[in-house]
Amino acid sequence: MKTDVLIIGGGVVGCSVARFLSFYDIKVMLVDKEEDVCSGTSKANSAIVHAGFDASFGSLKQKFNIAGSKMMEELSKELDFPYKRNGSMVLCKYKEDEPQLRKVYENGIKGGVEGLKLLTADEARAIEPGLTDELYMALLAESGAIVCPFGLTIAMAENAAANGAEFIMDCKVEDIIKQEDGYLVKTGKGDILTRVVVNAAGVYADAIHNMVSDNKLHITARKGEYKLMDKEAGDHVSHTIFLLPGKMGKGVLVSPTVHGNLLAGPTADDVDDKEETATHAGSLEELTAKASDLVKDIPFYNTITSFSGLRAHEEGGDFVVGECDDAAGFFDAAGIESPGLTAAPAIGEYLAAKIAEYLGAGQKDNLIRKRRAIPSPSEMSPDERAEYIRSNPSYGAIVCRCEGISEGEIREAIRRKPGAVSMDGVKRRVRAGMGRCQAGFCTPRTMEILAEELGIDMTSVCKNRKGSELIKAE
Amino acid sequence: MENREIVIIGGGPAGLAAAAAARQNGAEDILILERDRFLGGILNQCIHNGFGLHTFKEELTGPEYAARYISQVREQNIECRLNTMVLDLSADRVVTCMSRDRGIETIKAGAVILAMGCRERPRGALNIPGYRPAGIYTAGTAQRLMNIEGYLVGRKVVILGSGDIGLIMARRMTLEGARVLAVAELMPYSGGLRRNIVQCLEDYDIPLLLSHTVTDIKGKERVEGIEISEVDAASKPIPGTEKFYEADTLLLSCGLLPENELTRAMGAQICPATKGPAVTDSLETTIPGVFACGNVLHVHDLVDYVSEEAAHAGRSAALYIKRSSASQHRTVPVVTFGGVRYTVPQSIDTLEMDDKLTVRFRVGSVIKDKKLCLYYDDDKVSSVNKRVMAPGEMEQIVIKKDSFNGRDDIKEIRLGIED
Repeated sequence: MKTDVLIIGGGVVGCSVARFLSFYDIKVMLVDKEEDVCSGTSKANSAIVHAGFDASFGSLKQKFNIAGSKMMEELSKELDFPYKRNGSMVLCKYKEDEPQLRKVYENGIKGGVEGLKLLTADEARAIEPGLTDELYMALLAESGAIVCPFGLTIAMAENAAANGAEFIMDCKVEDIIKQEDGYLVKTGKGDILTRVVVNAAGVYADAIHNMVSDNKLHITARKGEYKLMDKEAGDHVSHTIFLLPGKMGKGVLVSPTVHGNLLAGPTADDVDDKEETATHAGSLEELTAKASDLVKDIPFYNTITSFSGLRAHEEGGDFVVGECDDAAGFFDAAGIESPGLTAAPAIGEYLAAKIAEYLGAGQKDNLIRKRRAIPSPSEMSPDERAEYIRSNPSYGAIVCRCEGISEGEIREAIRRKPGAVSMDGVKRRVRAGMGRCQAGFCTPRTMEILAEELGIDMTSVCKNRKGSELIKAE
Repeated sequence: MENREIVIIGGGPAGLAAAAAARQNGAEDILILERDRFLGGILNQCIHNGFGLHTFKEELTGPEYAARYISQVREQNIECRLNTMVLDLSADRVVTCMSRDRGIETIKAGAVILAMGCRERPRGALNIPGYRPAGIYTAGTAQRLMNIEGYLVGRKVVILGSGDIGLIMARRMTLEGARVLAVAELMPYSGGLRRNIVQCLEDYDIPLLLSHTVTDIKGKERVEGIEISEVDAASKPIPGTEKFYEADTLLLSCGLLPENELTRAMGAQICPATKGPAVTDSLETTIPGVFACGNVLHVHDLVDYVSEEAAHAGRSAALYIKRSSASQHRTVPVVTFGGVRYTVPQSIDTLEMDDKLTVRFRVGSVIKDKKLCLYYDDDKVSSVNKRVMAPGEMEQIVIKKDSFNGRDDIKEIRLGIED
């Protein structure tokens, strides 16, 4: 196989690079070791669009955070994914911490974050009544927002595919060998010759980088565990609530999600195994206690699932974005931990421009900037919905009762490019199985639809990657 | 908008029995809305026997039991719309529903009977730590895949929770060639029926580990092992008691939750103990003309009692649509004490009630050699010796209308347990 650019990693960063690169007159290919895009860090995070007051002044984290935050609303319209500017709040519980809160505020102002306000405890409580009784001051960031991380990632992937980018899944990179002009990338699905490599491999970005560079990277997987609560609990807070940041990041937050659930997390524990996404009783207890320190009476009894994600923490502490010093045409997007989700669109746009310049490529004449989401009748007005179902009857057959997801939506999720090939892929695209019964009712029917659409046997339907078949063969 | 005398939401055992009884009590125009592709609800996947002992005095399988009611409904020419999901129900009894064939429809109902059933408590609600691989199913989902779709979901199975569906599935999967390694139950007693423990576990030498829970799930893609630990009196795992089972499947049978999304959205009062609507002796919710029965009202152990309760709701709905003027009421709350967790109904209209009313209830823990006492205000009107009562077995007591004769000022009916 041959391409101009090979992107390694189909998370939010890889898909963003793919999207912006697909506007140029070059061949773009993306590989991922998993069966679908959005299968690593991008699927399990806080789903926050950070305002940008937190990352230190002058860092790449701050630069791309603030740029990404400013792009996100427009992008959500262009690519039709759920986004809501709900505002975020940093709580300062004790008087002695006031200087630290002011420092965060000034750091944000210096970086150009708009809509920052210092509030007294009473002012904070007036707009967020559920806050802890023990409160001294708060910082309000009006530009803080929430986003659907699956929606963002998959929308960018679909838009890239619409512009001709090719996605190859289940394709693990085994080695990269420098060529005279470009790289030979050895993968589980054969050799790929490319002029440019983009390293967006998440927690494995150090391994990929170190295949070509002598300036070694070292990435630690920093695990964060979360609890997600039922939609009944979704309005417990309206802002995203943080505690003043500490050494291990921003600490536990409590936030509504863009779909109306309530999210609490993450913990922060460095783990040796980059596949270690198990939750632990101790961590879940810790996050419960820490979240309860911020917001009163969180209805944890309404938890519908707990999960964990791994942040890719590079030991330098900052994002590593740009062309590798000792490997021409090898571009890194490594160490993308928080605020990576926010930063991803800005990183993608930046790297795409750099790569286009490197390749001397110009923009396509007929590029597609817009992407439409899979129609969601449950979000339409009654008349609209009725009309839509008249012409698309399969959108009238409900499969997932909890989230009200129809057969039509599930089929469309599988048929799109890149489409869902697993239960989790369906879930991330249309939320079937993401509700309060956690796929109890819809599993058999969704399996059937997947088997039909993909032309496979029921016994081959997987939860996610190969080996996760739902029916255990003898 | 379409107009109907009675709309029944759900075509499972409760909905079917309610429909048949409503027809027998004079309702002409009845419509059943069912979201699945067949009538009968959960009974269709309950292919084991043991149904109908009370109702038909014989032992039927779930599908056979359902078939009796389905044929009644067919003979009575009661209209059923399958594959139809109710999206909304308003307090003035306008039902909005949707299907592939008919699109979105709104129906104004004279009376509504809620018969939506219940769902299983998922893993997330249980806070079980570990990985999230394939191979974790609620027992009912595994049962559907096994008995309707024809797939055995796993080969080496651990079951958490000793609810009836879990017990039934322990036997079912064993008969299909799987090995059930253990059933762990958090509580010091089982949540299932005694007969199921004997017939589904003991007969197959499947160990039941009381006061145990799952403390870890191993396996990234597919379940590879389940760790079970003993718990202390506060249900906390005791370190050092971990046992590891090499299993590819974990089934969860940890309780059922009435499906009351529509009920809540309509604004009906929900009873915190049952998680179903609070009802009067006619099984009417706090929304006039809206009745409830079956597992949406409170979770039952035996379908026979569902049918009986549903027939009562069907009759009440039929009377409701015929009643022209408001009659006199004297609604008295039923209050519980001393270990009775809830009653259904939660209140009784002592003027309008039937001559005999069955009050169903559950206890909160295993109770041995105590008395079940009924009070009208401060008067003890009955006291019955009870050798044993368990949370897993629904109990009942019959209250007669004439027992309220001369009690015009009654404020409270109290049911509870005393030494």
